[in-house]
Order: sequence, then structure tokens, then C-alpha cells
Amino acid sequence: MPVQILKERNSGKITSVTLGATAEQGGTRACTITVGGESSLPWLHFEGETPNKPVVAVEVLDRYPEEWNDAVKATYGDAMKDAAAWAKAAVECGGADLIYLRLQSADPELGASTPEQCVATVKKVLAAVGVPVAVIGCGIDEVDNKVIPAVAEACAGENLLLGLATTENYNTIVAAAMVHKHTVIAQSPLDINMCKQLNILITEMGIPADRIIVDPSIGGLGYGLEYAYSVGERARIGSLQGDKMLALPTIGTVGFEAWKAKEANVGADEFPGWGDQAERGILWEAVTAASLLQSGLDILVMRHPEAIALVKKNVADLMTPSSL
Amino acid sequence: MALTGLDIFKLLPKKNCKECEQPTCLAFAMALANAKTALDKCPYVSEAAKEALGGASAPPIKLVKVGTLGSEREMGDEVVLFRHDKAFYHPTLLAVEISDTLSGAELEAKVKKVNELAFERVGQSVSIDMMAVRNDSGNADAFAAAVKAVADVTCFATVLITEDVVAMEKALAIIGSQKPLIHAATEANWEKMVELAKKYEAPLVVKGNGLDSTADLVEKVAASYKELVIDLGTRQLSQSLAEITQTRRLAIKKKFRPFGYPVIAFATSESPRDQVIEAAAYITKYASVVVLKADEKSQLLPLTALKMNIFSDPQKPSQVEPKVNAIGAVTPDSPVYVTTNFALTYYTVEGEVSASKVPSYILACPTDGTSVLTAWAAGKFNGDKITEFIKACGIEETVKHRNIVIPGHVAVIKGALEEKSGWKVLVGPAEASGINAFAKANFA
Repeated sequence: MPVQILKERNSGKITSVTLGATAEQGGTRACTITVGGESSLPWLHFEGETPNKPVVAVEVLDRYPEEWNDAVKATYGDAMKDAAAWAKAAVECGGADLIYLRLQSADPELGASTPEQCVATVKKVLAAVGVPVAVIGCGIDEVDNKVIPAVAEACAGENLLLGLATTENYNTIVAAAMVHKHTVIAQSPLDINMCKQLNILITEMGIPADRIIVDPSIGGLGYGLEYAYSVGERARIGSLQGDKMLALPTIGTVGFEAWKAKEANVGADEFPGWGDQAERGILWEAVTAASLLQSGLDILVMRHPEAIALVKKNVADLMTPSSL
Repeated sequence: MALTGLDIFKLLPKKNCKECEQPTCLAFAMALANAKTALDKCPYVSEAAKEALGGASAPPIKLVKVGTLGSEREMGDEVVLFRHDKAFYHPTLLAVEISDTLSGAELEAKVKKVNELAFERVGQSVSIDMMAVRNDSGNADAFAAAVKAVADVTCFATVLITEDVVAMEKALAIIGSQKPLIHAATEANWEKMVELAKKYEAPLVVKGNGLDSTADLVEKVAASYKELVIDLGTRQLSQSLAEITQTRRLAIKKKFRPFGYPVIAFATSESPRDQVIEAAAYITKYASVVVLKADEKSQLLPLTALKMNIFSDPQKPSQVEPKVNAIGAVTPDSPVYVTTNFALTYYTVEGEVSASKVPSYILACPTDGTSVLTAWAAGKFNGDKITEFIKACGIEETVKHRNIVIPGHVAVIKGALEEKSGWKVLVGPAEASGINAFAKANFA
């Protein structure tokens, strides 16, 4: 006897958001990327659409990441000393669908780059790659409020992904994005109510919902991943039930969180019981990504090319149509 | 049809004997209605009541056990689709597969390697859960020999994978008393497999081919044996996730009996790394057992961590043990930080202190797993409490100095803490991300 299949009737879906702009659209990108649009819980193709697959953004810094694990630094070698060369390598051999450029050197402690210098870096990266680019400030509000508007203006029309807009600091960044036709990242601290509240505040400024990507914050594998997993699941469920202020595509800094873990970093000499460090680190990043793909993450910000390759294969497997 | 607590109460003996571990029969009835306990916990319930309550009180997914004594593991007995609705209770069992085409020294080495897949992580001992032996050889004696090699050494429960009844019988003669998971009863062999499972009182996997045929076969088997695990037979990841999700949904939302058992999944990608990624998906999405061939420590450690995350109780904050933690090559002059024992807070601080490259001590003060401001507001992280912990944890015997760094958010406790403890207090940054710069400015 055939089993009576139980399908959910979802009234809502995730807003589709396009990143980057081609020459006809007022930018210089060779291609654009669209994320979101899902109308079911993750990967349940039998009851909804997943029109756009999750994508990988490779994290690129505007300074050499001395403190990163050697296994990650070995991947691009000297190219990491120059943001444009690093970004180019990430696209050509690292599996990057887009670049997540962090302007860390604007931090007074890390180089105190001026807004003009930051603009020059972004321009160089844009010239080096054809994919869409996200540009993130150094995390100090006063600095970012000078740097990000300068970048937004100098790259008007590119539809960059600009961040981070937070509850304490969103006005300047959102205004700059609106005026110069970019998209923003709205970041909240692992709390679904604060996530929704920030989206309301930002849309009240007049920016259309399809110009917002949500960074709900994540925890890495072993260190708070479950919080991120459940926030993601709850946000997707809320979105499908019609809550438009939650129904936005999400971004998560997978590489950053995963490579913070002791398990990703300590050598096998120090912890022989944990096995080879490079393999462990790569899988720590890839498993963090794979689990969050199950709770609905749309843009995965990652570091190691081998972890990215694993995630892309996983996405291809998950995108394979299924039927019940 | 779900019964209410009161409906159930009417059918209970009303002795209030407490033997079911509930204070009264009414409390027991309420717990039953919420699927929080099982009817067989009541020693006095009448047969008639059992009959009437059987369907309503049985958990939506049956609890099935595998292994014996130290190797025993539980599967199933889940009550929700999303962990945030309550919790997931029985972590996915990881089974590492060994082929019976191996023999002699090669087999011995392999078994030894898999047997050592156990780890110490965040103060806990974790490991894989099972060894699976697959009858790749197609030969019953080779299968029995491989099972024997495993039985001699393993500290884990086992999964026996063959559809050949003769091979299964030979293997069970060796290891049956250890209650292995028998894989699998199929449309072709189920009557004989059920006999074997009954004989050894071992759990049995029922393997179908998709939802319909699996449900049919489970119904047939369950008429005579109920210690079952479901294998939907599907191996492609997205199709498999869709089917497992549907199985869980029907069991929980519709109490569809044929799917009221734990589910086993196989990570079948070619490369071990891809198997790990596949297994991660199955851990989050409803598999009670995942079988994979990956056998390196570096490959299994991430999966054990994921199990800990996904199967943690969302109602209970994760905590670290309240104690003195040494970060790096500490000396009696190393700086001392204090924070709460909420795992996320502690590990964030630990990560930043470690990144500062200044060897330091961190005191994880017992605050019942609350964060800094919550603990402070609840009176669990103030001058008195921190002093109590400083005196008890042994840090005064460990370092020569008496300087302690407190989180910037609780700068107000500086005076009280100095007065009570006799230590000099340095107010640290409000956010952990400031620790690096703080350490460089103060301790470098």
C-alpha cells in the first residue's frame, strides 16, 4: 500500500537577492550571483523550490594573515600578501563564487589604512576578478563609517555586498548602499528576535528587502554550532510561514569560526589522539559548513580550498532533484 | 487518536505507588500524554488498560538497543522534528565499516585501528559507537572469520551486514550474545532473519527500497518482532534525506506505526572525506545510525563534535567544568583572567587569550552556564562568588602574584572583589575581541 506522503504547504519563501552588477547593469562584473528564493525547508525538493544553490565566498584580507593556521596560509602562499592576487587565486583555483574582502588594515592597530587606501584596494580586487565582491569593514564603527561610504561611492553601481550593518551601527552603511546601489549585510548576534528587529530597522530606511543579506552570526563546530543551527532552522520556518522580515538569504563566516577551534589548529605532536592536523582542520571547516547547509545557510564564507571543494560536492549532491 | 492525560489517568490503577518515578498516577498520566515516559514503567497497569493505551502511550519512535554492557547504545525514542522544539535525545551512532575481504594481519591491523577511534575533547570522552562488518566477499566463512577477528578485539557494538542468511547465522554463532545490529531483513529473506534476530534477541534492520516497500516490509516483520531499525535502501543523498525526513515526520506527526523505528543511513561516497560530509548531513537530519568507511581520527573527531552539538539540550546552556585552566606555557607569574563557565563565553575568552600568545590562566567561575552579564544580574558573578572560587580553585597556590582581570562589563564589582579577595583587580575589555590588544598593552 502506498504511504500517504505528508507535505507542508508553505505560504512564504525566501526573497531572492542578486549580488554584483554587469556592465549593462551599471557595474563591471563578468557575472552576477543570485541567492535565496527557497520555498521549503532545506533540500526538501518534494515540497518546494530551491532555485538558487548556496554559494561560497572566499575570505580575503587586505593584510597578510600572520595569525592564520599554516595549513590555510600554505594554500595561496605569497599571493596572500596582496589582496588582488589572493582574490584572483581564490577565483581561479580556490572555488570562490564571490570574494569576501575584509578591510582589516583600516584598524588603527593593524595598519590604520585611510579610506582612500581602502578604496584603492577594493578597486584592485574588482579589477583582478570578475565575480561579485563583498566588502567588510574592520569592525570599529567610527572607522567603518568613513571607509564603507568611501568604498560605496567610488564603486557606485557595482552592487557590492557591504557590511557590517549592526543594531548599533547601521545608518551610515545602509544609506551609502542605497545611494550608490549596493547590497548590505545585516548582522545580529545569534538571536532570532534581534535579527528580525534589525531587518525592520533597515528596511524602514527605505532599502528594498532584495538588497539585504542577513548574517545571523554562527558558532563553529564544537563551539556553539547548535545555536546557529537552530537560529537558522527557526528563521527558515518563520520565513516559510510568511514572516517577510525573516525571509532573507543568510551568510555565515564558516572559515573564521571553524579555524578558531582548538581542534582545527593544534598539531598531532601535541594531541596525537586527534590525528593529522591539516586533515582535521579542513574537515572542521567543511563539517561546520555541511551542517549549516542543513539549516539553510545561503552564502558560506570559507578559507581552505580543499574544504570548499568538499562543500561544493555536497551542494551538488543536495541539489540533485528528489521526489516522493 | 491521541489521548489526554485525564483519559489515560482513568485507566491507571491510581495507587500512587511512585514506582514509575512520578509522584502520582496523575503525574504519570500527564507524562505519558506528552510521551515523556513509557507505560511499562507502571508495574500494576492492567492488561486491559495496556491494550487501550498501547497505541496512545507508545513513543512515536521506538527505543531500540544494540550491544551489551559497556558497548550498549540506544537508538530512536525521538519526539520532535526540530531540536529547538524540545531536544534530540539519542545521538546518531557512528559505525565504521570493515570489509570481510580483508584477512590475516591486514584485518587485524584494521580492527585495531578502528578500535582506537576514541577521543578526549572538551573534558569528555567520546568515541565512535560501532564496528560494521560487511560481507563483500560473498563467502559465509570469510564473513564469519572477519566477525571473529572483530569479536576478539572490539570494545564496540557491531553491525553485521549481509543478506545471506547462512553467513548471518555463522556470524551470529560467534557474536550473537553481544546483541549486534543485524543488517538486513529484505523482502527475500525476512522470515529467516527474524528467526535469527529472535533467537539472539538482537535488533534487526528491515531494508526496503524507498518508502512504500519499506513500510510494507516493516508491517510484515513487526507482526512478529519489534526490535527494528529501518533502512530505506536509498543511497543518493538528497533523495535519502527527503525519505528519512518523511519517515520522521510521519512517525511523529501521524504516529504512522511502520515508520516508528530508528533509521540507519549509509555514507557511500567514494572518498573518506566526502563520507564525513555526508555523515554530517545524516547526523543533523534524523539518522540514528550512520555507517561510513572513513577511519582516520582526524575524520571521525569532527563528527563526534557535531553529535555533541546537535544532540545537546537547547533548554540547558552548555557548560565547562569550573576550574583553573592553563593556556600556553604558564609560569607562576602568568596573568590570571576570570570569566563564567558558560561554554560559549569561556571558549571565546580562551580563543582570544590563546591568540594573544601570552601564557595565562583563566578561571571558569561556576555560574550554572550563564554568560557574564546574566550571571552578574543573578548574583552568580560578583565579589563574593568570585572570591569564593578564587579561594577554592587553587589559583592562590598556583601563581605568585595577586592580580586578576575581570570582564569589562562587570567593572562595577571591582571594589567589592578587591575587598573580599585581597586581589588587585584589572578591568579588562568589555568584549573578548579586545583581549589581544589588552594583553599586549598590559602583559607583553
